Amino acid sequence: MIRGRVHKLGHNVDTDAIIAVKWAGLTDPKELGRHCMETLDPGFAQRVKPGDILVAGKNFGCGSSREIAPWSIKGAGIGCVIAESFARIFFRNGINISLPLIQCAQAAQAAREGDILEIDPASGKIRNETQGTCFQASPYPKFIQELIQAGGLVEYTRQGLARGI
Amino acid sequence: MTLAESILAARCGREKVLPGEFLDVPVDLVMTTDATGLISMEQFRRMGAKRAFDPEKIVFVMDHFVPARTVESAEAIRALRSFARELGAKWFEGGQAGICHVLLPEQGLVAPGEVVVGGDSHTCTYGALGAFATGMGSTDIAVAMATGQVWMRVPETLRVVYKGRPGKWVGGKDLILHTIGLLGVDGATYMAMEFTGEALQFLDMDHRFTMANMAVEAGAKAGLFPVDSKTLEYLEGRVQKRMSPPVWDSRAACQELLEVDVSALEPQVALPHSPANVREVGSLGGLSIDQAVIGSCTNGRIGDLRLAARVLQGKRVHREVRCLVLPGSPEVYLQALEEGLVAAFVKAGAVVGPPTCGPCPGGHMGVLAQGERCVSTTNRNFLGRMGSPKAEIFLANPAVAAASAIMGRIAHPEEVLER
Ligand code: SF4
Repeated sequence: MIRGRVHKLGHNVDTDAIIAVKWAGLTDPKELGRHCMETLDPGFAQRVKPGDILVAGKNFGCGSSREIAPWSIKGAGIGCVIAESFARIFFRNGINISLPLIQCAQAAQAAREGDILEIDPASGKIRNETQGTCFQASPYPKFIQELIQAGGLVEYTRQGLARGI
Repeated sequence: MTLAESILAARCGREKVLPGEFLDVPVDLVMTTDATGLISMEQFRRMGAKRAFDPEKIVFVMDHFVPARTVESAEAIRALRSFARELGAKWFEGGQAGICHVLLPEQGLVAPGEVVVGGDSHTCTYGALGAFATGMGSTDIAVAMATGQVWMRVPETLRVVYKGRPGKWVGGKDLILHTIGLLGVDGATYMAMEFTGEALQFLDMDHRFTMANMAVEAGAKAGLFPVDSKTLEYLEGRVQKRMSPPVWDSRAACQELLEVDVSALEPQVALPHSPANVREVGSLGGLSIDQAVIGSCTNGRIGDLRLAARVLQGKRVHREVRCLVLPGSPEVYLQALEEGLVAAFVKAGAVVGPPTCGPCPGGHMGVLAQGERCVSTTNRNFLGRMGSPKAEIFLANPAVAAASAIMGRIAHPEEVLER
């Protein structure tokens, strides 16, 4: 279960907005997290409390393949991202590094800045405590569920390599 | 089958694959750069991998922040160099290197029908050669380096049929900007774009690279061209390996179809801060500019420099404009020197830089100050992309960028040649 406060964003938030390329030399998620969203909103990283929830519009994470984007979100302490839709590479990257990403247009549209949400990423259930509403995201395809259960792609591959694949 | 389905099926040894299916796909080439390689290195170690699945099929290209921009980028390159050595991978740096997506096709490292993954979103560029090429994050790339496989969902296909013959100053950049304008930045999310139609016969490979390059700006996973005589001509003398071009059925069922008549198309410009915010160059009312950038993986090839030179030849860059020309690779640079293009640029008052991404991702060599306006042949005009978040980026073709550099405002190439 993830429970946290909503930080609301608009449509087409791109990877350059999530984290500027000048931080591409960093690999530590915590350090990356300090610069998360600073182009759009310089105070963002300071305001985020661990477990908070990012809620975005369409095409979240479009642009670059730079994995520092999902790492910086994770490093900032965000527990889950809900969006109307995700850009492809960002979606892969997030799932691969086990940052919970949930596509649910209704929940994303209804959520307001500061609302408290409770999310069960496994079942896709989203409860907006502030508004007293519930939403159901469609479940991940089976393969992606397996990846998530393994703890992300590194762990999934580590297990595979250890088995000699 | 569509091009994407046909390649994925062939590489997986399957008769047929269907959109939506998840596959473990064997890869023919894995590419990484100085911008994303470090995390791949760390993830490679973290997953307990000891060696590359095939060192010959792994390529490192130092292109984004080179020559090293800061001590940090120098250290990143140093770490990657020893990692590449440890793997026995191909290594391109310094005068051997160019922008990855210009360099790899030139070096004959990509062949039609192959599956290529790169730690850079514009890896889709190689679709111009009829390869299934797609950008991925560092973790995926680490896995591909170790196992030679990646997980993929077979994409739906969006076929774009270009009709008619493009006009004089209209090329691949205008076709793709116009298309992205129609589709929106998420209009092709998760899909493979398939570029077809009679207009292709008028588009040389450099135009096709530009178009495939920007497929990702509409959210696509790949942007593919069928292989024709122009492709084969380009590949000749470059690709040494045996090729198996994809079998393609131009009428194969696709999920979406878009028809675009290009015969009356004018040069296109994407306004801040989205590649889909597209207008005709003439409708912009001559906005003044501070910088023009000609280069990048989108428009840093010899055909692009020739176009720019046609406009800049014998003219002067406006006193209040910095015009930066960055050839995409050593091969492009040398060719431009031999053809006298470099001399034409320097005489016109442009700065000719080394092959690097440079200002495109806001790295170095021409980042923007607040309030500045730039016309750029690159592929992204996101807020803050090329420096200050208070700067503005307009995307255009190389002839429009050159004309704007001369006029000091966004201009149609004809305006310069009429003078
Ligand atoms: S030129 Fe720009 S878009 Fe192309 S690889 Fe370099 S940074 Fe990316």
